[in-house]
Amino acid sequence: MPALISHAEFSKDFYLFLCPILFTIGAVGLMIRKNMIVMLMCIELMLNSVNLLLVSFANFFGQGDAHIFVFFIVVVAAAEATVGLSIILMAFRNLRSIDVDMFKKLKN
Amino acid sequence: MTNEQLLYLILLLPLAGAAINGIFGKKLSEKLIGTIGTLMVAIPFLTAASIFASFDKPIHVHAFTMLEMDSFRLDAGFKLDSLSLWMTMIITGIGSLIHIFSIGYMHDDKGFYKFFTYLNLFVFSMLILVLGDNYMMLFFGWEGVGVCSFLLIGFHYADKIKGMENSLAARKAFIMNRIGDLGLLVACFLLLGKFGTLNYDQIGIATILGEFQKDSVFMISVTLSLFLAATGKSAQIPLFTWLPDAMAGPTPVSALIHAATMVTAGIYLTIRSNFLFELAPFTQHIILFIGLATALVAAFIAMKQNDIKKVLAYSTVSQLGFMFVALGLGAYTVALFHVTTHAFFKALLFLGSGSVIHANHHEQDITKMGGLKKYMPTTHLVFLVGTLAISGFPFLSGFFSKDEIFAAAFGHGYLVFGLMVLAAAMTTTYMFRMYFLVFHGTFRGDSHTEKHLHESGSLMTLPLIVLAILSVIGGALNLPSFLAGDHAHWMNHFLEETTLGLALVHPHHLEDGTAIGIMIGTTLITLSLIFWAYSVYAKTNYPISKEQQFKGWAEWSSNKLYIDELYNALFVKPTEFISARLLMIVDKNLLYDSILKLTSGIQIGGNQVRKIQTGMLSNYLYFMIVGVILFVGYSLYYFKFWNY
Repeated sequence: MPALISHAEFSKDFYLFLCPILFTIGAVGLMIRKNMIVMLMCIELMLNSVNLLLVSFANFFGQGDAHIFVFFIVVVAAAEATVGLSIILMAFRNLRSIDVDMFKKLKN
Repeated sequence: MTNEQLLYLILLLPLAGAAINGIFGKKLSEKLIGTIGTLMVAIPFLTAASIFASFDKPIHVHAFTMLEMDSFRLDAGFKLDSLSLWMTMIITGIGSLIHIFSIGYMHDDKGFYKFFTYLNLFVFSMLILVLGDNYMMLFFGWEGVGVCSFLLIGFHYADKIKGMENSLAARKAFIMNRIGDLGLLVACFLLLGKFGTLNYDQIGIATILGEFQKDSVFMISVTLSLFLAATGKSAQIPLFTWLPDAMAGPTPVSALIHAATMVTAGIYLTIRSNFLFELAPFTQHIILFIGLATALVAAFIAMKQNDIKKVLAYSTVSQLGFMFVALGLGAYTVALFHVTTHAFFKALLFLGSGSVIHANHHEQDITKMGGLKKYMPTTHLVFLVGTLAISGFPFLSGFFSKDEIFAAAFGHGYLVFGLMVLAAAMTTTYMFRMYFLVFHGTFRGDSHTEKHLHESGSLMTLPLIVLAILSVIGGALNLPSFLAGDHAHWMNHFLEETTLGLALVHPHHLEDGTAIGIMIGTTLITLSLIFWAYSVYAKTNYPISKEQQFKGWAEWSSNKLYIDELYNALFVKPTEFISARLLMIVDKNLLYDSILKLTSGIQIGGNQVRKIQTGMLSNYLYFMIVGVILFVGYSLYYFKFWNY
């Protein structure tokens, strides 16, 4: 793999593999972990894997349009993290736990 | 005000009266309700009379367009020609007299305000019927009067003893009228398909100018449909049985709706459509036949009825038959003349009977009356006038109008003429049987009622006196030529002047000598029958049991020829039988069960699906991601992504 990471030549293929792997890690982490903070981090991971893909393609095609999307996503992710963290905070205050399965209580 | 504005005034005042009495009536006093109700009909009468005084050409008013599709337009328009003006004057004139009478008759009734609301609403609908300038407006009025008739027949639906009977009578009238209304609708559609319009004038001109073949299938089907509508509203065979039952309503209702105005709507419809009927001689023969049969059958049934209102009801049916005979003979103006005089004397007789019933504590059986002459002198006098008028006593209104019909029948053939005279003779017989049984002899009711026998108040007798005067002089409207010379047949000329098509119809006119001969002959028959009835029924010790048990033909007459039983067996019972089966098989078994199965199926399915809602976030995520993968995978496959 060292050849792939070489700084001199940019390899599209490297990012084409890296991003889905990061995304999958995020998605699987979201499904199997119960800790809400970790889940939030997984979501961030998925968002940023997409960002990375966008940026790398922008670089590859030599066009800057995708950067706009990336900025949007970063802003939205920040907002989402704020809201998510405050929800987690409130949940912890009420339930003394940040286990996501505690939300089962909302079902009935 | 212009004539157009006056026309709106005539139309809208009764509606305003109905609105005021209907909305605020509960809080108003009887006097106020009665005054409003009466004024809202009387003012239109005066308005119509003022138009009549200077009437020379038809008035057309286009109110608004109800419906507009590419080639078809439905207008709410009104037309005031001599025919509709005449009908308007009958409706509002007789209507206001009956309103006055009702103030006295309905005194202390719980539904006093409702009664006046319905009456005003009826007058409004009837005016729409006669003033509309197309068949659709006529249809609206037609349905409106049907509803009001229904409401007023079943007016005392909550009565402890007779409530059920009243409701059933109202239902029967409504349903039988529906059959006729179907005919009217079919006729409307046929006319619309052929002429593309429902306007009387346009259709009339098209039929008069266009060279239509006589007795074409189209003309026969249109006219027969119209006639079916007329048999429903005007109570002719086979749809006449509702009218006698309709007597369950309060007596002023019987006088206004079921004698003077609404039941003549069928005759108005036929006169209005004269240009169509003239093109279908076949239908005219049917009308003649039905009218004749109705006149005879109803007169026969009236011979042995003991309910004072039933006698008058069958008499109405019979007189309507007379009018249809005239229509069948093409003598439209004669039919309207009889409508007019009949409205006078039949309203008089009904209101008179109302006065009698009022005095007798709502007893309607004539075998329990008798000798009322000395208790109710005014009612007796006006009732006698009405009876003489309907019997065709010389120089009263009925004499002239019936004579016109006899003359037309005589021109057509001896058989029709003979049967008409027979029907008229029966009319005299049953009317005088009733008159003598009610007013002569000795009182046969219980002593309690006898003590309270009294003449009705002036609110009730005043309209009676006015109607009696009209019944006497009404014949002057249309005198035969040997009596009035140049001024003869004034009403015929008045109608022919502006009513489309009527001037083109000229039924056979008789020589003066023949006409006088017919008059003398019928008068002799009438007089001898009156004397016969006097000698039989006016005796003080007349064995009344004879009138309570009938044998032979009288049994058939008193049982109304078993026509109600026949209809029950033929139509009502089979319908009920089928309905009961349909209820069991289709509704209970098929529909109800299948819906039950459907709901339980949904419930079971729902219970299964509910299980996937675990409340575990990771499960939901799992479903979501699987879904996204499936969706994306399918899209890739569908758009053959790998080819790019």
